[in-house]
Amino acid sequence: MIKKLTSAVAVAAGIGLIGIGVAQADEIVFGVPGAHTGDLASYGLPTINAAKLVADKYNAKGGVLGRMIKVVPQDDQCKPELAVNAAMKLVSEEATVAMGHICSGATKAALPVYGDSKIVVMSPSATNPPLTTSGDYPNFFRTIARDDAQGQLAASFTIEKLGAKKIAVIHDKGDYGKGFAEFAKAAVDGSGAATSVLFEGVTPGAVDYSAVVQKVKHSGADAVIFGGYHPEASKIVMAMRKKNLKIPFVSDDGVKDPTFIKVAGVFAEGVFATGPQDSSGNPLYAVALAEHKKAFNAEPGAFFFNAYSAALALMNAIEKAGSTDYDKIVKALKTEYVETPVGKIKFDSIGDAEGVGFDVYMVANGVFVQAE
Amino acid sequence: MEYFLELFLGGLTRGSIYALIALGYTMVYGIIKLINFAHGEIYMIGAFTALIISGVLAQFGLPGWSILLMTLPIAVIYSSAYGFTIEKIAYRPLRGAPRLSPLISAIGMSIFLQNYVLLAQTADFLPFPALLPELAFMEGFSGIMNSSELFIVLTAAAVMAGLTAYIKYTRMGKAMRATSQNQRMAMLVGVNVDNVISMTFVIGSALAAVGGVLIASHVGQINFYIGFIAGIKAFTAAVLGGIGSVPGAMLGGLVLGWTESFATGYVSSDYEDVFAFALLVLILIFRPSGILGKEEGHKV
Repeated sequence: MIKKLTSAVAVAAGIGLIGIGVAQADEIVFGVPGAHTGDLASYGLPTINAAKLVADKYNAKGGVLGRMIKVVPQDDQCKPELAVNAAMKLVSEEATVAMGHICSGATKAALPVYGDSKIVVMSPSATNPPLTTSGDYPNFFRTIARDDAQGQLAASFTIEKLGAKKIAVIHDKGDYGKGFAEFAKAAVDGSGAATSVLFEGVTPGAVDYSAVVQKVKHSGADAVIFGGYHPEASKIVMAMRKKNLKIPFVSDDGVKDPTFIKVAGVFAEGVFATGPQDSSGNPLYAVALAEHKKAFNAEPGAFFFNAYSAALALMNAIEKAGSTDYDKIVKALKTEYVETPVGKIKFDSIGDAEGVGFDVYMVANGVFVQAE
Repeated sequence: MEYFLELFLGGLTRGSIYALIALGYTMVYGIIKLINFAHGEIYMIGAFTALIISGVLAQFGLPGWSILLMTLPIAVIYSSAYGFTIEKIAYRPLRGAPRLSPLISAIGMSIFLQNYVLLAQTADFLPFPALLPELAFMEGFSGIMNSSELFIVLTAAAVMAGLTAYIKYTRMGKAMRATSQNQRMAMLVGVNVDNVISMTFVIGSALAAVGGVLIASHVGQINFYIGFIAGIKAFTAAVLGGIGSVPGAMLGGLVLGWTESFATGYVSSDYEDVFAFALLVLILIFRPSGILGKEEGHKV
């Protein structure tokens, strides 16, 4: 079976090589792999819409390099084993570029398949840091910020804007919360301007958190950074305020949720949380939104704007490169700026979009507003 | 020293809640040798009832004090009705069955009640109003202990003293003690054992409801799952103190609360549960029936 698969890939790759001359006047195959069915489909389906809208826009103007764009979706259900299959299908369909996959795990599994066939892959949603930082996937790009950027932002905001010198870092022992907290702690300790005086995990769902709050108080911390989700965050903030501990509380996008404000009520006021950058002020954001409403008569779903941006960036790179050659597309992605709904971006040496990131928000009068 | 005091009082508050819930486990175990895993859910239902009632009462613009005074009895009665009904439906038909059968029935009941509240209410966390009044004279001490914590400790102490007196001095208390010592003998001398068992469930559920309302008001949020962790911890407290023993449950709750509080304060909150359960293992190695497990005459 393995032999069969390998030979299938070899044949596909062979056809690809021969096909270049033929396909030149033909279509540009734009692969869109991701979760299109299953319980995570809501993350993947908006990216197909985004790809179609961008393709239609280019095709109406005569395509890219005079070639029409053909969108080819491939379902992976966010499962790594299906992602590899989806990637192989796209390779055999001679995809020029691919936008996906949606989940970090599936993306990681599929990337070597594209890599072997020299296909550029750009994810609108995979945030796992090693996808770019490991250097293993030179064909990978993304239009969403990395998880560690969030921890760094929280740390630098706490130190520079809030002027904290001693920071207590707390997390909920979960992958997400602890990961964020570890990045934040490393950024705090590496800053030279502040130190982390406490690094502790709390048990989610515990009856109360008064002991850890007392500990924070006695650590002499002048700010708290918390990694985790809103139920624990609201309990800790409420316990802090009730114990007259009025130091700033900075958290992550697991807390930047209306439920947090609903539950914590007045105690939520003044709490800081990082969250995806608000790009609704960009002119292209409004354009993409209007196109989506016109075409599908609905509000766009998750990652739509990241996907729209990725599609634009890919097509722009092919156009600027003047060819569908892998090396030229990669070079164009890293050197040419492109206007997208998430801002004017280009990609850095490891494939992360420059200028895409997180912002810090603050609760004021019961809503999250951008913090100054 | 101030730090020690803060941790001590924090542990006392937490331990009082554990003790209130643990009493329900220990009383039921003492009488019918059943670990009532649905007990944590009674605690959760008490809190939910209080949330609904207080929401309705708040519509009339009543002051916090009167809302608490009306809400608490309703939550207690409602939860007791649940406890009574659960015993009738899930445990009484299995009275003569092997001990494992009612245990599994109890686990099933727990899962049923969680999902029932999940479907009937919501999976989200809900804000719980601060029903416990803020006392002006506690303002200065709020860094160490605030009003709601004081209320929890005092209420728990009062309820536990009342329960002890009830078991010691009333006819029903006497019947409970008799039933726990020897069910058949109690029947022979004319004790209505079915009534005694029902009453045990009612009292245990009432205590859990009091705990649920107090802690929900203190931490300010609830969801359908809060009964699970509170239940597990209270069960641990009951075993620690000696399951079947009423003073044991109180002591076990406090010991567990303090262990967690001091472990967090002096070591790390990462190890809070490690210390709590290591203590449980240690005590069970040296006193297999718990701290006060052997004491006769206090069993209920």
